[in-house]
Amino acid sequence: MKKSLKYFLSGLILLIVGVQVNAQIPEKATFGKFALFGGTIHTVSDGVIENGVLLIDGNTISFVGNNVRITNDYTSIDVTGKHVYPGLIDAGSSLGLVEISAVPVTVDNAEIGSMNPHMRAFTAINPNSVAIPVTRVEGVTTVISNPASGVISGKSTMINLYGYSPDSMAVIQDAGLYVNWPNVSRRGSWDSRTDEEIQKQYDEQIKSLDEFIADAVFYHKVKADYTSSPDGKKSPSKNSAMEAMGDVVAGKIPLIISVDREAEILKAIEWTQKNPSMKFIFSSVAEGWRVADQLAEAEIPCLVGPLLRLPSRDHDNYQRAYQNAAIMHEAGVKIAIRTGDTENVRNLPFNAGYAATYGLGKDEALKAITLYPAQIFGVDDKIGSLREGLLANIVVTNGDILETMTNVEHVFINGHKIPMNSRHIQLYDEFLNRDVR
Amino acid sequence: MRIIVLTILIGLCTNFAFAQQTGSVHVKNATVITVTGEVLENTDVLVRDGKITAIGQNLSTPSGVSAVDASGKFVLPGIIDAHSHLGIARGINEASNPVTAEVSMRDVIDPNDVGIYRALAGGVTAMHVLHGSANVIGGQGATVKMTYGGDANEMLVHDAPRTIKFALGENPTRVHGQGIGIQPRTRMGVEQVIREHFDEAIEYRNNRTAYLEAQGQYERNPRRSTAPQPVAKNLRMEVLADIVEGDIRVHCHSYRADEILMLMRVFNDYGIKNYTFQHANEAFKVAPELAKNGAHTSIFADWWAYKFEVYYSTSYNAAILNHYGVINSINSDSDELIRHLNHEAAKAVRYGGVSEADALKMITINPAIQLGMENRIGSIEVGKDADFAIWSGHPLSIYSMAEKTYVNGVIRFDRDNDPDDMRINQSATQDYDMFVDISGREVDACMQDVFEFFGEADAQQNHSHR
Repeated sequence: MKKSLKYFLSGLILLIVGVQVNAQIPEKATFGKFALFGGTIHTVSDGVIENGVLLIDGNTISFVGNNVRITNDYTSIDVTGKHVYPGLIDAGSSLGLVEISAVPVTVDNAEIGSMNPHMRAFTAINPNSVAIPVTRVEGVTTVISNPASGVISGKSTMINLYGYSPDSMAVIQDAGLYVNWPNVSRRGSWDSRTDEEIQKQYDEQIKSLDEFIADAVFYHKVKADYTSSPDGKKSPSKNSAMEAMGDVVAGKIPLIISVDREAEILKAIEWTQKNPSMKFIFSSVAEGWRVADQLAEAEIPCLVGPLLRLPSRDHDNYQRAYQNAAIMHEAGVKIAIRTGDTENVRNLPFNAGYAATYGLGKDEALKAITLYPAQIFGVDDKIGSLREGLLANIVVTNGDILETMTNVEHVFINGHKIPMNSRHIQLYDEFLNRDVR
Repeated sequence: MRIIVLTILIGLCTNFAFAQQTGSVHVKNATVITVTGEVLENTDVLVRDGKITAIGQNLSTPSGVSAVDASGKFVLPGIIDAHSHLGIARGINEASNPVTAEVSMRDVIDPNDVGIYRALAGGVTAMHVLHGSANVIGGQGATVKMTYGGDANEMLVHDAPRTIKFALGENPTRVHGQGIGIQPRTRMGVEQVIREHFDEAIEYRNNRTAYLEAQGQYERNPRRSTAPQPVAKNLRMEVLADIVEGDIRVHCHSYRADEILMLMRVFNDYGIKNYTFQHANEAFKVAPELAKNGAHTSIFADWWAYKFEVYYSTSYNAAILNHYGVINSINSDSDELIRHLNHEAAKAVRYGGVSEADALKMITINPAIQLGMENRIGSIEVGKDADFAIWSGHPLSIYSMAEKTYVNGVIRFDRDNDPDDMRINQSATQDYDMFVDISGREVDACMQDVFEFFGEADAQQNHSHR
């Protein structure tokens, strides 16, 4: 009797320990074959399919349409009454590079130095940033993450928000060379520089940028000369900053120029025209609406945002920041929408929602956070829409994805079915019905 | 002649004291979200001289009152922001001491800040203007209406209950402990700064009261007693004593659960009630304790991770607080965010399924309760102030816009009459073309002026580093 009680107790303890251990194993993504059926599929590239079927086979989408037999090797998910969208893409953030912005040891987007083309955001992406699950369960599956400091900050990276290494997350390891366009006006009421000082500093910064680019062109010319006929020539010494400019001056990697003010946008447009071999994208572009025609004419794609910001001048109409994307689009500028955020990249659909309300319309606003950023970065054959052969970056919602009160119900990234969990949800689960003793 | 001058003088004085414009309007056929009652379809709201006088169907328009057709549109009570630093340019933090209870935001109201107009464009009609969070006990707050372009006296709600700002955690310990090496440098120190000042204030009030009584006796009968030793009036101690005696509502900047519990313990020891935890990112962890103490919260919908004390936050904070019955509001603390508090409230529905009715309370009647203004504003009810906005659609939808905003029955924002440049009384020294770079959380509004206090290098760093 005693013995059996002992066995019973130890069994009970085992059971309890077992349950506890089990509860400590975090939910993991699942991978394989999935069939989403019955939903409204927003392909973005090819219209809307009602009561459609979408098949996921490993990493990729293997079918999008109406008539297909779902074989029993697929895990079927009934999404009747739900909406199926491509994963949202934030065309500019610091996600993965910054954990807590006020704690410098967790801030990895701002290296010392003004000309840092060899700094790679890809290197410093923390796959386990707490903000990553917080972001992806709200429907954002892919971000551009930017370095931030100096004039040439380094290379931006495009990552999917699932993976255990930057390598497995990267859509494009080096997506662009991030450049902070020098300011030609005061940076705030605390900026006590005179107009002359501002102009002088601006001219100096542009001069050093020009010289840096010229040096890079020359460096790669010398290198090419040497590589094609090394005989009798001294091997040029290696410079990592110059090496990192190779794909940029060759036009293989675009410059992402962060520029906001009207005067600076115009100067930056002029500057791009001096460098016809290189590719350019503008980012942030708060006053793009003022010079939308010039941007359209220059055919420079713009990553606009955040839109939830104050108008850039006190004398502007209250809605200008909300309207910025719409006015630029109307003028013919290729746009994508960005948050410029870190921990609240999840607000990307709301930036698009405000753009939609203030003139862009729902369809174009959705494209600005899916198809258009994919096209601007040349990866629309991988992400940004729902088509056969593309990566399975998919979001299922119970309503309009731009609407605040909508809930995201399923997320697939690179074919992985993502656990719908995050620090925010875990804290909710723990504290909603807390032990109050 | 003398009588005429006197009449004019009296008129001027009255005008000065009660210079509040009121208006009349008949809003017809709207969906009226009363907030404290039902949502009423096809309903009229009649406003006479700044007050709501009737709510019903097919009301007749009194002569001389203009009618506005709101068919297909929504009427929502004016949004109230329980935490703002708008319109108090460069007067946010008196960061020179851990306790500065004597200063007041009432003295620094700038009615010409164009941000007030922009908040009106987001359906906001009132806000609670607070001192910053540099000090453990900061300055007194001001409850104001968004009467853009009037004078400061018109904006102020003169009979609103008095409020004061407290601040716990990183900001006061950073400014005073780390910054200039005086207490508090820790959350332990923060508690003692409060307790020591309360004790000192109680003693001061006793001594001062005893002195005034003795002085009164002495003045009534100088021959039978000697003059008492004077106790000088101390404005800081006066305010602190009023807090302890329950005459001032505390709005306390706080983030972590432990410091929230600490302040409730202190307040229980001193018998202080009627207080609101501002920001309170970790309030969800102590929601049962908050409910038990009748404490209120006023939070961000989703801000987190910008500093260490908000790292363990959740956007489900509002849902958990609501579940436990804590009276909670959603605030802006930002000249940008104040423009879309309806959108911020909708996040409470998204994160944790708060009902639409409760989410709307968080930007209307709940902040009104926290300011002690629930009998005047925060809902559409007969007898209340005519502060409301007409929205193009349901205010929680991202596709809806505030179209007309009324304060005391006077239209203060109208999308049909919305010129680009709405600035007024620009000073010649102001930079006409200053570039503004504010998107939500990027400015730590609560800490404005503090870094100017420490010097320009830090100020620049703070700006480039949100």
